[in-house]
Amino acid sequence: MAEELVLLNFFSSAFAMRVRVALAEKGIQYECKEDNLFDKSPLLLEMNPIHKKVPVLIHNGKPICESLIIVQYIDEVWNDRSPLLASDPYQRSQTRFWADYVDKKVYSAGKRIWLGKGEEKEAAKKELLEVLKTLERELGDKVYFGGETIGLVDVALLPFSSWFYTYETCGNFSIEAECPKIVAWARRCMKKESVSKSLADPHKIYNDFVLDAKKKLGIE
Amino acid sequence: MAEEVKVLRTWSSPFALRIVWALKLKGVEYETILEDLSSKSPLLVQYNPVYKKVPVLVHNGKAMAESLLILEYIDETWKQKYPLLPEDPYERARARFWAKFSDDKVLPSIWDAFTTQGKEQEEAIMPVMENLKLLEEELRGKKFFSGETIGFLDLALGWLANLVSMFEEITGLKMIDEETFPLLVAWIHDFSHVPLIQETWPPRDRMLTKFRAMREPYLAAARNHLPK
Repeated sequence: MAEELVLLNFFSSAFAMRVRVALAEKGIQYECKEDNLFDKSPLLLEMNPIHKKVPVLIHNGKPICESLIIVQYIDEVWNDRSPLLASDPYQRSQTRFWADYVDKKVYSAGKRIWLGKGEEKEAAKKELLEVLKTLERELGDKVYFGGETIGLVDVALLPFSSWFYTYETCGNFSIEAECPKIVAWARRCMKKESVSKSLADPHKIYNDFVLDAKKKLGIE
Repeated sequence: MAEEVKVLRTWSSPFALRIVWALKLKGVEYETILEDLSSKSPLLVQYNPVYKKVPVLVHNGKAMAESLLILEYIDETWKQKYPLLPEDPYERARARFWAKFSDDKVLPSIWDAFTTQGKEQEEAIMPVMENLKLLEEELRGKKFFSGETIGFLDLALGWLANLVSMFEEITGLKMIDEETFPLLVAWIHDFSHVPLIQETWPPRDRMLTKFRAMREPYLAAARNHLPK
């Protein structure tokens, strides 16, 4: 049976971008369906009734939800190429730990920068920089978080690098000034076609999504 | 080399219990190091510098944190006995999805209902009911969340079997009643009575005292917002 793979996507969703990067790394063909966050499709509501969010990967009709769970699924099913996790259980536990750390820390701080104001925004900026500095220490001198090749932690964090422009513009600060190694890492990753093809353009995120979302939500 | 397995935990942490259950199911010998979170040991800070929380599993000197991730490590390391996660990648994704749902949605919603009163609690109970209905539906046709025997998802949700009845006793609010959630009630009974689970429950009186104390500041804060 031919593989049927559909990704329910939204161009600026960092979580959906993770899945796009993973699929591109593995060279997997799929159909990308663009959803609308402010007007969700019946398919999305059917495939992810609990959270009603993208990304959803539909593989031969069966939905998988939650970006890191989807990425691990992809890694396990297409296990014959470009592994995103090492085979050693301890290494895998550390990889999962840092991917989970990105999940817990980066999105929420970033969101409070572009949606928040005043003290909340300042605190969020500080928090984001601390988190990125912690990730810099974890990266160390490695080319990628995954070592010589892109791994789960790279996939987890990369989409947020396309949101740096938004954070910097809304927060009026420079991420590169404080966290040069992370920015250098992101640039290195962007040299790979699987990454550059999969991440949304930072200016497009800001101009087409962020400004529009802020207007819709009534935020200056 | 002899295996050296240590579990840093507190006497009451439901997340640490997940690790204890997994190690027992796999027949792995381990040493418990009891922590006092009000006065964190240098060992805890050394082994979990990022979060400084329990549980931490230390295997031959290598430390790892975050209970659901530790469960996956245990499953991959001690493969021969008692697999916790299913073999099929789709079923594994489902198990991980529901475990995340437990921690991201069910537990916080129940905690909100536990730490509020009156109208606030009435509002807090609604997401609890929705979440529990989803779990009830997930149990349909199965004895345990993982099938015929307990597995990863039962260990992830095991805290329900212990904490909810205590919260109900403290608040007088019934959350999991037999009429609305017959499958969940049956699962709580069956899970609790698995012998190796039963012998691990922390002393109930001590837990009740602890959670009553934890609830107080929330109620006091709410009282202080009331106009005189």
